[in-house]
Amino acid sequence: MAEVALRKVVKRYDDVEAVRGIDLDIADHEFIVLVGPSGCGKSTTLRMIAGLEDISDGDIMIGGDVVNDVPPKDRDIAMVFQNYALYPHMTVAENMSFGLRLKHYPKAEIKARVTEAARLLDITDLIDRKPKQLSGGQRQRVAMGRAIVRNPKVFLFDEPLSNLDAKLRVQMRIEIKKVHQKVRTTTVYVTHDQVEAMTLADRVVVMNKGRIEQIGTPNELYHKPATRFVAGFIGSPAMNFIPCRLEDVGGTLQLRLTDRIAFPLPPARAARYNALPRTDKLLLGLRPEHLTESHAHLGPGVETFDTVLDVTEPMGMETLVYFGLEGTPVCGRVDPNAGAKDGAPMRLAMDLNNMHLLNEETGVVL
Amino acid sequence: MSTLTIDKAGPSRKVKYGSMSRDRTWALRWSYFFLVLFAIFFLTPPIYMLITSLKSSAEISAATNPWWVFHPTLSNYVELLTSNQFLRFFWNSSMISIIVVIVTMLISIPAAFALARMKFWGSATLATGVFLTYLIPDSLLFIPLFKMLGVIQEYTGITLLNRWYVLLFIYPTLTVPFCTWIMIGYFASIPKELDEAALIDGASWLQTLTRIFIPVALPGLIAATIFAFTVSWAQFLYPLVFTTSVDQLVLPVGITTTLIKGDVFNWGQIMTGALLGAAPPLVIYAFLMDYYIAGLTAGATKG
Repeated sequence: MAEVALRKVVKRYDDVEAVRGIDLDIADHEFIVLVGPSGCGKSTTLRMIAGLEDISDGDIMIGGDVVNDVPPKDRDIAMVFQNYALYPHMTVAENMSFGLRLKHYPKAEIKARVTEAARLLDITDLIDRKPKQLSGGQRQRVAMGRAIVRNPKVFLFDEPLSNLDAKLRVQMRIEIKKVHQKVRTTTVYVTHDQVEAMTLADRVVVMNKGRIEQIGTPNELYHKPATRFVAGFIGSPAMNFIPCRLEDVGGTLQLRLTDRIAFPLPPARAARYNALPRTDKLLLGLRPEHLTESHAHLGPGVETFDTVLDVTEPMGMETLVYFGLEGTPVCGRVDPNAGAKDGAPMRLAMDLNNMHLLNEETGVVL
Repeated sequence: MSTLTIDKAGPSRKVKYGSMSRDRTWALRWSYFFLVLFAIFFLTPPIYMLITSLKSSAEISAATNPWWVFHPTLSNYVELLTSNQFLRFFWNSSMISIIVVIVTMLISIPAAFALARMKFWGSATLATGVFLTYLIPDSLLFIPLFKMLGVIQEYTGITLLNRWYVLLFIYPTLTVPFCTWIMIGYFASIPKELDEAALIDGASWLQTLTRIFIPVALPGLIAATIFAFTVSWAQFLYPLVFTTSVDQLVLPVGITTTLIKGDVFNWGQIMTGALLGAAPPLVIYAFLMDYYIAGLTAGATKG
């Protein structure tokens, strides 16, 4: 096991820069998830760590050694692919032991390692089957088993759950987490699914257009996003962004959303935003869970307003409500018993204690 | 058949599936019609050969029904199979075909692997070029090849012309390009992740080829083998040009040159020789078809 470090790593394809100088330190035993939309460079970054792609510039270090020119087999890594990449002509046991057999490990040790990994992944019964006799979830376990038996310094996962159906994905997500808790191998995991990122990671690296937008624990990213991209990407349904401006009314700082709707800011927020120029174009960032039904005992900093709902989506434990504020679509989460109906008026409460204020032009969270 | 069952299963479904079932029935009828037509067309000559091979020369030249054997005899078979000359042709053909298949595979498989997987400068152009060479007809090539081998023979002092083994150098010019092209296709259809996984598992290029690609692309390999064998076995023009002595001849040339003397055609033996000559490819097809059909790539990846 080892730490992994990326120093100003760049990947160029002809004149396109897929990865634009990223720096990343991954601690020993850490589970890091690279997340971002398609084409953000996350898979390329992973493949550069694996040695499947050359690095155009910068350094990659595994266990303190620069591995830029080290071939994949000598980097002591194991990789799990999205489409499993099992060898179709080999049994599960042969698939798992292929790497060890190539390195001429003693037969007894190979057997012991395969048995142990199969037990860990609960695939002992499948050991003599061929990949085509396995379900998607089982194949993915075998792919993980193939990684585990090698006992590598680093595990690399390239969207391993994308080919599974939603239910199995949740199950396998938990399996992966359990396996990591047991083997504690440093892991780099690539996904475009922010839920996977949040649930699995010790730290999440949000990437966009070949750059790192923000690195942080799942909670940090959720509660303290640094940019509009991160704020919008993490969380489902996504954070609302509502155009707004700051006004001074009678010595207090007000947040004006529409001609009709303006709220005084809670004191802590007012102090934080007071120095901002009043001319800037601003966005109010508010997660749907901070837009709920109004009730009698609202705390300080929670303001109410009336609106007409466009669409409601009952989810069982909550109901999502959609409405417009001066043309901006907004989503809120209300209690299923709050009486939200399509096209009906409703009084909603906005929790400004959890608001974010963003610069509309730069996208920076202020 | 099953479509009819659906029709009967419930009248309410008839409207929905009726036209589809009718379409299918007609499609099947047409398929059978043409399949039978093709079968008759292609099976008539071999059947005629078989009938003729069982006749004596006297019966062949007699004005009786040519589609019926009145006095069946195996004399043609006995004569050919006990003739050293015929067995020599058979031996020459077998040796050449087997060695050519081996040589072809030894060249084509690594070439196809390199062209399909090791992306290098010009690999795509080269892959197309390999196939284009196959398109040059052998009737255009045999004179330059003859000249070339003549020059080589002159300079090295090794007798090449009029020796059966000269064909070992000639046939691969036909088999290698096509087999390489087939194998490029098969190798290219193997998911990229499979060799990446092998690479990470610690396999060298050669190990990836021998332990992953060849087993996974076995159906393609067999297709290429069948092709190379058939081409070598049935080749006529090159052996006719490059070999002349009777002991150096291969089967197709041997049959036509030794069993036709002037304007005397020994039809019974010609047909027998042709049938016996067609047997090895048939046996090979029958033996390898099972492997060929087995879909070995299923389950490698999702989808």
